[in-house]
Amino acid sequence: MSNGTQSVRLGKIVKEFMLEKLVYAPEFDNILVTSTDINRPGLQLDGFFEYFGNERVQVIGKVEMTFLEKMSSQQRYKSLYELFSRGIPCVIIARGMEPFPEMVEVARKCRIPLLRTPEVTSRFVGNLIAFLNVELAPMETMHGELVEVYGEGILILGESGVGKSETALELVKRGHRLVADDLVEIRRVSSKTLVGTAPEVIRHFVEIRGIGILDVKYLYGVGSVKMTESINLVVKMELWNPQKHYERLGVDEQYTEILGIKVPSLTIPVRPGRNLAIIIEVAAMNHRQRKMGYNAAETFTRRITEDINKNRE
Amino acid sequence: MVAKEVTILCKTGLESKMAAKLIQKASEYESNIWIQKDERKANAKSLLGLLSLGISPGDTITIITDGRDEETALNELEAFAKNGMTD
Repeated sequence: MSNGTQSVRLGKIVKEFMLEKLVYAPEFDNILVTSTDINRPGLQLDGFFEYFGNERVQVIGKVEMTFLEKMSSQQRYKSLYELFSRGIPCVIIARGMEPFPEMVEVARKCRIPLLRTPEVTSRFVGNLIAFLNVELAPMETMHGELVEVYGEGILILGESGVGKSETALELVKRGHRLVADDLVEIRRVSSKTLVGTAPEVIRHFVEIRGIGILDVKYLYGVGSVKMTESINLVVKMELWNPQKHYERLGVDEQYTEILGIKVPSLTIPVRPGRNLAIIIEVAAMNHRQRKMGYNAAETFTRRITEDINKNRE
Repeated sequence: MVAKEVTILCKTGLESKMAAKLIQKASEYESNIWIQKDERKANAKSLLGLLSLGISPGDTITIITDGRDEETALNELEAFAKNGMTD
């Protein structure tokens, strides 16, 4: 299980936001950004460095530029040198503004990338934080399938050889979508949401014992696959154990915890002749109905209780 | 649950055929077996997950076993991996 510090290469950020490279070297691509927070270095330009987060990306907007403009060239150099020499990952100028010559000079001297975006500062900062939140989200890999059934993201778990891939294939055949086979990368993108995807090298391939590797996208078309999906329901498949009690009514909801988030879950016993794809389809629909406010198990239990009470009268 | 680190020395890294050999070996045991590289962990009994780890020559992986025969599985798999995926 991994939950360690995540990082994203600066090269990826530059590419994603199409940043203009004012001071850059190819090796800067490998600088790692580890914080989802962003700093606008107004106070730092005035020399205040208490609580300064030097691991943050620094974004310079109109306010900072105007502040620097008021300084003499010498002051500007000193102030910028103070900022650039603190081991920051990079400096990005917003609104497509022209950098001061001192800024370029200091960036070269300190070997800190200086980048530029034409976007308005606050909008750029918002987008960058959203991107970093996804890239730096805590990640865990799980052995299973991720499918989208009637709009619900369903994570199928179970031991090797229990028939997960076969079930996923049957679901694709029935018009649903495959996100990941065998290994699912799960990211906690917010305090409520888990998003799953497949590792890029094996994306949309499925292994079926006895046949081998299949390319689902090629066989069933682009409509049968999806890149990412949030995880709404966990289905655990296991070989039928006569000693074990399986849910009969479905009144009490079970949960599986993934990266600290509780996801509703079901345990489905596997036995020859049980069509698991249909069971998963119906589980997805039932889950959906519950989210929309109708709980069949509760309604049913209430009706039975009412009926018993009526008979007693 | 027990675990051990192994450095992969075979020249090709863990490409499809090597992975298939490892899976066949891992499937001999009853225990759940995992291979971990950095932050990713894959089931050693299934092909795609194992290949997605992209194990190159010189990489250090962790073998994790959990179950009734975990000790035997771990020791034998360690020897198997060190020997270039052969017995």
